[in-house]
Amino acid sequence: MAPPGVVVSEGLAADLCCFPSREQYFALIESFRDDAFEMCVDVCAVDYLDYPDRWLPEGVVATRFEVVTNLLSLSKKLRVRVRVQAGDDRPEVASLFTLYPGTEAMEREAFDLLGVLFTDHPDLTRILMPEDWEGHPLRKDYGVGKVPVQFKEAPGPR
Amino acid sequence: MSDPTIRTAERIDLLAAETSEGAQELQFRRDTASGQLGREVGAVLRVDGRALDPHSVDFDRRDDETMIINMGPSHPSTHGVLRLMLELDGEFVLRTKPIIGYLHTGMEKTGEELSYVQGATNVTRMDYLSPVINELCYSMAVEKLLDIEVPDRAVWIRMLMSELNRISSHLVWMATNGMDLGASSMMIYGLREREMILAFFEKTAGLRMNLNYVRPGGVAADLPDGWQDDALVICDTILARTYEYDDLLTGQPIFRNRMVGVAPMTAEEALALSVTGPLLRSTGVPWDLRRSMPYLAYDEVEFDVIVGTYGDNFDRYAIRLNEIRESIRIVRQCIDMMPGGDYRSQDPKVTPPPRARIGESMEALIHHFKLFTEGFHVPAGEVYSAVESPRGELGCYIVADGGPKPYRLHVRGPSFVNLQAVSLLMRGGSMSDTITVISTIDPIMGEVDR
Repeated sequence: MAPPGVVVSEGLAADLCCFPSREQYFALIESFRDDAFEMCVDVCAVDYLDYPDRWLPEGVVATRFEVVTNLLSLSKKLRVRVRVQAGDDRPEVASLFTLYPGTEAMEREAFDLLGVLFTDHPDLTRILMPEDWEGHPLRKDYGVGKVPVQFKEAPGPR
Repeated sequence: MSDPTIRTAERIDLLAAETSEGAQELQFRRDTASGQLGREVGAVLRVDGRALDPHSVDFDRRDDETMIINMGPSHPSTHGVLRLMLELDGEFVLRTKPIIGYLHTGMEKTGEELSYVQGATNVTRMDYLSPVINELCYSMAVEKLLDIEVPDRAVWIRMLMSELNRISSHLVWMATNGMDLGASSMMIYGLREREMILAFFEKTAGLRMNLNYVRPGGVAADLPDGWQDDALVICDTILARTYEYDDLLTGQPIFRNRMVGVAPMTAEEALALSVTGPLLRSTGVPWDLRRSMPYLAYDEVEFDVIVGTYGDNFDRYAIRLNEIRESIRIVRQCIDMMPGGDYRSQDPKVTPPPRARIGESMEALIHHFKLFTEGFHVPAGEVYSAVESPRGELGCYIVADGGPKPYRLHVRGPSFVNLQAVSLLMRGGSMSDTITVISTIDPIMGEVDR
């Protein structure tokens, strides 16, 4: 199903997992869309900063950030999960906005909470956190309990 | 007044700066990128079926001809703290942008700090109108990672509870929708019937909302004695009352004028926007995870998937009303077919020893203590589980690192995604339609903002 060059592995619960490179990512999703995957259910990102003994199939170079895209085919009743290694210092993958307009908000959420950039996203702004928030809270190096509570006009790190 | 940080009504600029969300807000047309502008006016499709059509966007419209106003975050009909920014031309809405995050409490981050045992108390507070279904989705994900079987009785109890929960959630929707449209009797009736279900929950789980009843491995407690009678009374009463709602609302001219044909959506648009649940079914797509990708024992019970035709407000109302009746059918079958046996897995890895053993066995006491302080370890891996919540596909993506806490917990909230369709649904609508559109999308802000 996936084009040659894309690493495929069976995930848990018999979900199909694809591991494209950043360059292959957009074309792979496009081929899935043309192959009756009508809906992009979810886009989220994971920060693998301190994950112990991370397993990835052979041929996939692990990076700190990973973007996970869940596609759903209503006609085939099938799900596929696309996991793309997004990079270490400046994670960036292509935006799926032109393929699935519904991913706009999900990508904004991934940007807001984990700082992953999406190329050609029409409106990459924060969505859940206040506009002047510093940092990306779901990153693993964003310490819980180590940051003063940020309120507007309150003395803080800002 | 010499202190520049003192807030007074005279210091408009300070007040504005305090409440501003900057680039997240609806900008003037001249400051908006074309893709985003198309999104805000509700353009979704081109002829080839997917992408935005920038040609349908009126870029030349001057900003001083229109007015940008705020609706919310504290507005009685926004069902929480939703803020909509609308660009108006007189009475008509040209652009809409939902601004969210006012209820963001970092629940996904909290989930990384709680053990798998405690996690259910966290997710149950996301969609506070369907707590059981949230817990179910989370528990199913953890069970997939643990690779444990849930006993039959637990499966059927889960199904019974989630259908009752679906009824109560749709009843609240009927109630609030009625109130938004001025049918305030519906508000009273909907909440009155929901009370019966909450009482049943209280009897079963000890709490009315945020039950923490469905847990990894099974459910927290067996059903109380005489639950069949209680559930039957609920079924009979609510089924009869749904016909009263029919009399009250379905044919009522004021109600119909504001619902029929208002805010239509096509199936292609719904799929492109990843919209699920009653919104997707109202466009005629028969997609219900209970039927299409059965989980629990939904393939063993009979029920119909209700679909609409026009994708308008009225279809969404009719679907929810009829889903109450279908859920009642499922509850009745659960009462008849409820198997005996354990209500939770007997795998000692996830289930604490019975209370009686703790008094006599030191090992049982230690085991119990370990389970509730450290929690159980879950094998490394990642999993996505999805269930049909009253609002659509509720997904839970967990990355486990082998420890007792999730490495990453992500919840795909159906309200969050469905809410993004508001720009499309508001296309060409009038200001008063905003109320009905928000209402029929049925967003739960706890789940939108998490």
